[in-house]
Amino acid sequence: MGLLSKKDAKLITDPLADNNPITIQVLGICSALAITAELKASIVMAVSVMAVLAIGNVVISLMRNIIPSKIRIIVQLVVVAALVIIVDQVLKAFAYELSKTLSVFVGLIITNCIIMGRFEAFALANKPWQSFLDGIGNAAGYGLILIIVGFFRELLGSGTLLGFKVLGDPIEKTGLYAIGYENNGFMLLSPMALIVVGIIIWIQRSRNKALIED
Amino acid sequence: MEHIELFFKSIFIDNMVFATFLGMCSYLAVSKKVSTAVGLGAAVIFVLAITVPLNWLLDQYLLQPGALSWLGEEYASYDLSFLSFIMFIATIATMVQLVEIVVEKFSPSLYNSLGIFLPLIAVNCAILGGSLFMQSREIPTLGLATTYGVGSGIGWFLAILAIAAIREKIRYSNVPPALRGLGITFIITGLMAIGFMSFGGMLTGGDDEAKEEVTTTTVEAEKKIEETKALADNTIKVIE
Repeated sequence: MGLLSKKDAKLITDPLADNNPITIQVLGICSALAITAELKASIVMAVSVMAVLAIGNVVISLMRNIIPSKIRIIVQLVVVAALVIIVDQVLKAFAYELSKTLSVFVGLIITNCIIMGRFEAFALANKPWQSFLDGIGNAAGYGLILIIVGFFRELLGSGTLLGFKVLGDPIEKTGLYAIGYENNGFMLLSPMALIVVGIIIWIQRSRNKALIED
Repeated sequence: MEHIELFFKSIFIDNMVFATFLGMCSYLAVSKKVSTAVGLGAAVIFVLAITVPLNWLLDQYLLQPGALSWLGEEYASYDLSFLSFIMFIATIATMVQLVEIVVEKFSPSLYNSLGIFLPLIAVNCAILGGSLFMQSREIPTLGLATTYGVGSGIGWFLAILAIAAIREKIRYSNVPPALRGLGITFIITGLMAIGFMSFGGMLTGGDDEAKEEVTTTTVEAEKKIEETKALADNTIKVIE
């Protein structure tokens, strides 16, 4: 890697697996579960969080020496809220339907614990470039889980991916439906998101014994 | 009547944790012991009961399109709703700080039991979520907004109390090693959420108001029903 030193590259790759924000650090669960009934919404959410986290990390990191530690939470909240307003307005302008689906969950990026967590744990103590990479890495780890959950919920729940009917047409009885396959409508309901994440955690921890809690 | 209806609806049907997954971070992190869970739950009820009505006032007289008309004719065309995120979170952060100071001054014993949880709450999604849902569901009066705040707080309290009790007991069970801790908590929460879905039928009486306020869950369920209907129609056609 010419562009990134080994240490910098680790900032991006670590949160993807062994230090994943959702399955290991348990941050930012709320939004991860509520909007994953469709793959498209999951992808948009992942991209929004990435934008907010990367830019926010850089801003906080630039200001880290002038923020009085007593009021840092308020400063952080204002920075995130400003960024989220921009994201929200962009979504409303260019993807109105989708912003209706995401409804309040765009606003809830503000209180997404990943963002505050990374500000507190990383951006306040590190240089802007590292903070930027850390933001990208953590948001990518978060997005990865979102996309996995969204993929399975949409595929098994409504038989589509990004709106395309990949398993055939349930009404015309083509593709898999011809041999008696049925959509599992339960996957679309919110409790299944929790169970899918639980299963992801199970698989991840069975593969890497070091992560097991006692 | 509508107060009672909204109260039960916000506790059971639109339960913060099980229906909308709000406040999951602290729900998972602070539910290892019942006593701490009770403390955090009480603090959430307290803060929701204060911030939701306050943000309702802000929304009504400052943020909604045309809300500024009380200042005079020329302000009637302003629409400041894009500012709602920053206004709401600022209100919540300052209120939490203020409540902390007041409680510390006047009731040290309450402060000792709630104190450490109050700062945590400013960044709890359940609190901001309460205000945002209040805004998006267009709750009509201040009284109803208070009821909604208290109701959602109690719903969250119930959820964290239940999971904390289960987690205390599950320590004695033989869970597969890889599922221990976080994994099993997720799955239990999922099962509890399925249980809570059964409350969905509680308020589906005949009146039109209740029908308008369909939750996302029922929308999804309706979609499913329509699909099934289409399938049934198709089968009938095939048979014919």
